[in-house]
Parts: sequence; C-alpha cells; structure tokens
Amino acid sequence: MNYLDKLENKAIYIFREACSQFKSLGMLWSIGKDSTVLLWLARKAFFGHIPFPLVHIDTSYKLPEMITYRDRLAREYGLDMIVGQNVDALRDRQTFPDGNATRLQCCKALKTEALVNTINGTWPRRRMNHDTGQYEIDRSREPFTGVIVGLRADEEGSRSKERYFSARDNKSRWDVAEQPPEFWNQYKTDFAPGTHVRIHPILDWTELNIWEYIEREKIPTVSLYYNQGQGTRYRSLGCGPCTFPIQSQARGVSEVIAELQTGQLSNIAERSGRAQDKEDGGGLEDLRRGGYM
Amino acid sequence: MQEEILNLVIAGHVDHGKSTIIGRLLADTNTLPEGKLEAVRENCRRTARPFEYAFLLDALKEEQAQGITIDAARTFFKTDLRKYMIIDAPGHIEFLKNMVTGASSAEAALLVIDAAEGVRENSRRHGFMLSFLGIRQICVLVNKMDMVDYRQPVFDAIVAEYRAFLKQLDVEAVGFIPVSGREGDNIVARSARMDWYDGPIVLDQLDAFTPEARPENKPLRMPVQDVYKFTAHGDTRRIVAGRIETGRLRVGEEVVFYPSGKKSTIQSIASMSGETDQREAGSGWSVGFTLSEQIYVRRGEIATHTTCPRPHTASRLRASLFWLGREALQKGKKYLFKLGTARVEMEVERFIRIIDASTLEARALDQVERNDVAECILKLDQLTAFDLAADVPETGRFVIVDNFEISGGGMVLDVVEDRQAAISARAQERNTRWQTAISDEERAERYNQKPCLVLISSQSNNDLRKTAAKSLERKLFSEGKFTYYIGMANILYGLSADLARNGEEVHAEHFRRLAEVANLMLDAGVILVISARHISQRDMEILQADLIDRAADIITVWVGDEITSGLIPHLHIRAAEVDDAPERIKRYLQERGYIFRYRES
Ligand SMILES: Nc1nc2c(ncn2[C@@H]2O[C@H](COP(=O)(O)OP(=O)(O)O)[C@@H](O)[C@H]2O)c(=O)[nH]1
Repeated sequence: MNYLDKLENKAIYIFREACSQFKSLGMLWSIGKDSTVLLWLARKAFFGHIPFPLVHIDTSYKLPEMITYRDRLAREYGLDMIVGQNVDALRDRQTFPDGNATRLQCCKALKTEALVNTINGTWPRRRMNHDTGQYEIDRSREPFTGVIVGLRADEEGSRSKERYFSARDNKSRWDVAEQPPEFWNQYKTDFAPGTHVRIHPILDWTELNIWEYIEREKIPTVSLYYNQGQGTRYRSLGCGPCTFPIQSQARGVSEVIAELQTGQLSNIAERSGRAQDKEDGGGLEDLRRGGYM
Repeated sequence: MQEEILNLVIAGHVDHGKSTIIGRLLADTNTLPEGKLEAVRENCRRTARPFEYAFLLDALKEEQAQGITIDAARTFFKTDLRKYMIIDAPGHIEFLKNMVTGASSAEAALLVIDAAEGVRENSRRHGFMLSFLGIRQICVLVNKMDMVDYRQPVFDAIVAEYRAFLKQLDVEAVGFIPVSGREGDNIVARSARMDWYDGPIVLDQLDAFTPEARPENKPLRMPVQDVYKFTAHGDTRRIVAGRIETGRLRVGEEVVFYPSGKKSTIQSIASMSGETDQREAGSGWSVGFTLSEQIYVRRGEIATHTTCPRPHTASRLRASLFWLGREALQKGKKYLFKLGTARVEMEVERFIRIIDASTLEARALDQVERNDVAECILKLDQLTAFDLAADVPETGRFVIVDNFEISGGGMVLDVVEDRQAAISARAQERNTRWQTAISDEERAERYNQKPCLVLISSQSNNDLRKTAAKSLERKLFSEGKFTYYIGMANILYGLSADLARNGEEVHAEHFRRLAEVANLMLDAGVILVISARHISQRDMEILQADLIDRAADIITVWVGDEITSGLIPHLHIRAAEVDDAPERIKRYLQERGYIFRYRES
C-alpha cells in the first residue's frame, strides 16, 4: 500500500462506519476539490451508490460555474441533493456584498447559520426532483445526526485539532478542549439526543494528497482551479466577493501538483485567497466553534 | 510519486520541551514558511517576551493564552529521506485523552524528559500509554542538557532510571539521546558540547525508524462492517464489507464468520463500477465481496479462513484496560463495549488489580478512576468474537463507551469460561467439522427428496397450525416421503424441561434447542414439520442463525386470517382454507425442488 492507498482505505472505513452507525446521515458538499474527492470516495465505499443525501449551503454568491457543476454531477450520479440557504438574510440584504455586514458577519449568516439550521431542520430545505431537474421544498425536516464534512487538518490551525468523529452540542457548538479520545479505529458513534457528530473522512489528507488523488483517479473538477490563460487560478473556492485567485501558470492537474511540489506556495496559506480568514486574527476558529465547517 | 509519510508522536511531561524540539526541527530543517521565524521573533520583541521556539507551533489563540498544548496538533516536516507528520501530544495530565488520540495513530514516538527535572509522573505515564497503545519504536530524548552543563552523569542516571521503568513494561527503547531544544544540540546538527555521546542525533533517529509493516502473514481477520444490498439501478449484489485487519483473502477461498460459525466461499471482490478483475486483497484494504452461497451474517462478526486459527467467541474475558472517563469505572454498571465492529453491552464483574500508571503501584480495589490502569473480568451480554491481544492485537483491543463517550481502552488477555460460550464453542466445532459418511446427495437420491423445515404457525389462541401440520405429515407420509412432525410443545415438555416457561432469554433458548433438533433431523434427510405458536421474524433470525448452512431451507407457513406476529411467511393460508393446506404446501415444496416431481422411487 502506498500512502494514497492508506489514506483512501482509511477514508472508506470511516464512511462505512458513519453509514452503519448514523441513521440520519448527510454529507456536506461545497463543490470544492475536497468535497469532490469526498464524493468520489463515497462512491467507492458504497460500490457506486451514495446511500445518503448531499447537502449544499447556497450563499447565492458562489461562483456560477460551481452551481452548474453541482447540478450536472447531481444528475449524472443520481445524487440525492439538498440545498439550504439563509433566505431571510439574503432578502434583507444583511450581507457583505450589500455593504450591510462585515465579511465575518456575512459568513456567519450565510454559511454558519444556514448550515446549523439546515442540519437541525429548523429552516426549510430544497431537494432536487430528478424527474424535473428542479429543486423543490423538501417535506422532511428530520435533523441530521451525522454530517460528513471534507475538511482537512492541514488547511488551517483550528482544523488540525479536529477528530475524525467530532461532537457538536445541541447548538452545533464545538468544545475544542473537551473532546473524547479516538484510538484503535474506534470513533464517537454514540451521541446524546439533540446533538450531532461531524465526520471527517479526509482529515489527514494534505492539499497535495488531494491533487495527487484527483490525478490518480481522474476525478472531474471545476476549471476554476486552473489557469485559463490569464496567469491566475483559484486554490480554494468560496463566494465570489471574498475569494481571490492566486498567481499561477498551472493549467491542469499535473501542473498544479508540480507547483505544490516545488514548494513555491508553501509560504502562502491555502486559504489565503479567502478574505474572511484574515479579519480579526482567529476569525475562522471563532466561526468554527459556532458551527461553521 | 512521492515518499511515504511516517507518523511520529512526541510525548513527555508538561514543560519538558516537546514544542521547543518540534520548533527546532521545523526551523533547522527549513520547513517553516519563509519569514515565519522572523515574524515570531519580532512579535516577541514587541510584546517584550523572550523568544521561544515553541511559539512557532502556537497557531491557536487559546494555546498562547494558556501556554499549554491542548490537543494533539499535527505538524508536517521533511527530511531528505521522507516526510513526517509530527503529532504533538499534550504533556498535561488533563489532556491525557488527547495524548492517547495523537499517539494511537503513530508508528514511532519521541519521549522527552527534562534533564534538570528528571523523570516525572507523566514521563512514566506516557511511556506506559505508548506501550499500551502498541507503539514499539520509542526513542527517549533527554532535553535541556544545557541546564545541566551537558554533563554525562546526569544523562546516564536518567537513562538508567527510565530504562528500568520501561523494563517493567516489557519495553525497550530504541535509544536515548541527550539534546537541548533551546540551543539546538543534537537535534538536526551534532553537538560539539557533548563529545561523550556518539549515538545517533534526533534527525538520524527519525530516519532510522521503520514504517509500520502491515501484518499480512497473520491469520485472516476481517470484522464485518456492513452487508450491503443496494437495489438502485438494478444492482443485485449482496456485498459483505469490511477492512482486512490482518492476513489476505482471495476469490474462491472458503471463509467462516464468527461468532455465527457460518461458512461460504468468496465469489468476487466488489468495486465501484460493479465488474472487477481483482482477485485478492491484503491487510489494510477496505474491501467488499460477494459470496457464492447466501448466508446471513451481521456487522460485528469476524471473517476468517476455515483453514486458519479461529478467533475466540466468548462473553467473559480477562482484560487489561486504561480509564479516561470523567466518571470512575464501576462494577455492575452497564457500559458499551466496542471491539472491531462489534458493539455489545458489558459490565465489570471483578477488579483483579488497579494500578497507578505513573508509579506502577497497586491501589485499592474499589473503582477505577480517571487515568488509572486496571486488570479485570468483563462480562459481555452477547457472545462476541475476538482474539487475545498477544496473538492478534488488531482484533484483541477494545474501547469502552460510557455516557456516549469513549472512556477507556483495553486489550484482551484471556478468555474466561462460561456456559454460553462453552455451548457455542461446541456448536461451532460441530458446525465446521461435522461430517457423516453419507453425503447429502446420496440421501437425497435414496429418499427422493431434499430435507427442509416446514414451520407452521398461527395465533396463540387457536389450533389451526396443529391441524395443518398433522395433515401435512399424513399426506407426505402416505405419498412415500420421509417426514416427521414435532409440536413446539414436545420441545417444551421434554428437551426444555429444565427451562422456565417465560422470559425473553428462555424463549431464545427454546428456539436454539429447536434449531439443534432440526439440525439433526435435516441432516438425516427428513422433511421436518414443526408447529409453533406466534412465530416472529426475530424467532426466525435465531433459527436461521443456528441452522447450519440451511437458513435457506426453512419454509414458513402462517395459518389464519390475520398475521399477528409480523412474520413474513412463504405461504399464507386463511382459516377457511385450512383443509387445502397440505396440498398447497406440497405443491410449494415441489416448486422449490424439495420434492422431486418426475422420478418415482
Ligand atoms: N534551557 C532550556 N530550556 C528549554 C529547553 N527546551 C525547552 N525549554 C524551555 O522549557 C519550557 C517548556 O518548553 P515547551 O517546549 O513549551 O514544553 P512542552 O510543554 O513539552 O511543549 C520553555 O520555557 C522552554 O523555553 C532546552 O533545551 N533548554
């Protein structure tokens, strides 16, 4: 087994644990490279099937190409696609692009709150109807008790403290200091009513591993990750107004890998193009304790 | 493709210098992002704090605030040989569970001891935990040698003391290295200040660690994680999935599952796209396979070869465990026991020894407090398959869940005999080895039929089942079939005379005995007719589990207008049609091929 095999097989194990131990399970799909690798691993774990819905939190500011890609893949793989949104904040224009909120406040409203309320079923969810290809209000408001998320420890500081199975209390809060131990491939699969567990199958993958795996498995990705001729590409994808491309010549997967291997990006954080991380020092960790992924 | 990554944990008593040593490793191997070192130095100047290499790691706010590493944070760095993931295990006793989490995924460990302070409580405790967790490559760094003027006797004394401690645990360190994290001695460059030391420096030692070899030469062990039957898109595969912990498996091999003892043959290895030409898989792989004969196995069972040493199946065991729970581990209280993919209720029957992991001294035998280590007898509420940790550690370790949280971990030292286990062990023995001189085919030819169990049930308050069963027996007999009828009552008053009449457990035992009787009769080639009241799907499961290789040869019939037990029968015969029952059942047996239509004997 090489290191990619090890990472892959561990992730598959975690997927299957999650599937057998959590009755109400969903997987967050942000459409970025990590969650796309996650989707691929899930199809491997379940032999071509995905036995749970995918949940996408739509801030309405995602780059349009991402949404097109999401719906195309949903149809192609027959995915059970659920979309959640902070409809009120968008209607009242309480957002950063509208000039009525800081980046962090905007993230909190459009992502954290939308995520928390979609998971616990407080807010309506829309579900793809595969007959019409349209999204319809979902009748089910059943809270998810297990939520699979594609985050990685090497992305930024607070994520390096996550567990594979990480508990969230009844308000989706994360108690970093009081996490139960995790060893011998045994995970937290028991949880009190009202709480939920975030499951992180690719926690130990690095950014480079993700790209190497995309190359090995020939996984389709959005073109935003590549230089289309302007000498820039996105390294991490988020909302249009808060995501900026980096300088790069890499036109495809192998060139991205080469670029990462040279170390020329090692001084630049992967999420450096994500503006909300920078406001107020530990912005992201505060967001994450409140329920952000 | 790039080099392997070796997972390394760094442990030790708080403030003995772990973070400083990691900071040094990062800085001196040029792994830090450019400008980072300068930025941290500058920040210290501004805040008038002395610079610390440890600050390089303090990515998080509260870490700096409290000045202690609260979790097993991961750091990556690289030598010419390979990449490392360093897991920084907190040295504070409060965070032992984080230390355990970090250390459990490591292949090798560095244990840091302060030369000036000497061996402290957590130096020992961590050494103990590392060995308990199964980490065999441990190197001890005697740090802060600058504070003791780089004197060899100080180093030698610590080496002697700690080596003696490890010896009690049956562990031998791969080496002891005198270092100074602050001054950089013997970390990445050899120190000129300790010419009395000529062993490897830290960087050399790291590269000398060997990546953990996957145990393929051990008996096959694959805990069943799930059995999938996806119906979407016309997928008809029934896939047994799990991760191979040890050994290898191949298409065409016969496998047996414990505790059920059921056997089948691997037909194919499943993949994402359906078709696959993969023929075998080894330890570490998460696989799925289909079986040539349909058998019912569940999550929690362990698959192995019929030809290799089998795991134990028992419900009482002697174990050594450590406890991290908020509340003490108590006798008689219910906990969850998770081993491999099995998950059963358990309680502690008896404490044999409770020891303080930092001194290895025995304590009073009342309860096991947080951070204690104990040897005890555990009683599981179901038969479970496992190995002794000494034989196959991968399936010999378990965790204990208290109040929704993993609160302890342990390893199985021994099986403690109990009645249930003895019965089951004997049952399995026969299960896998029992053969008579005459084959099933020979009998089928002689009797012109194949054996099966016709199970006829009805509501408790009527006799429809008995009427139907007796007339079926008469009909088959008069047509020359080899048949026999047993009423459940025969079992109750005879074979089960020693059992009480009621209770869930007793009920299960009746069915187990019924299944044993059926095993004998079916083996003799009989079409066995049994009547029993109010058979449920759950009763069926017991029968299916205990009927050796014949779960598919049970034919269920419900007589009566309404099915009140939730059973899903093969035939449903209404009360008014009870007279037709023998004929309908006979036809069904013909359709299923138990009675041969065209050949007369
Ligand atoms: N003199 C001296 N001090 C050290 C050395 N290594 C660490 N220290 C100091 O010991 C204290 C604790 O170190 P730290 O790395 O934070 O310990 P940790 O709790 O094990 O991570 C800090 O004040 C360090 O400056 C060393 O080699 N020599």
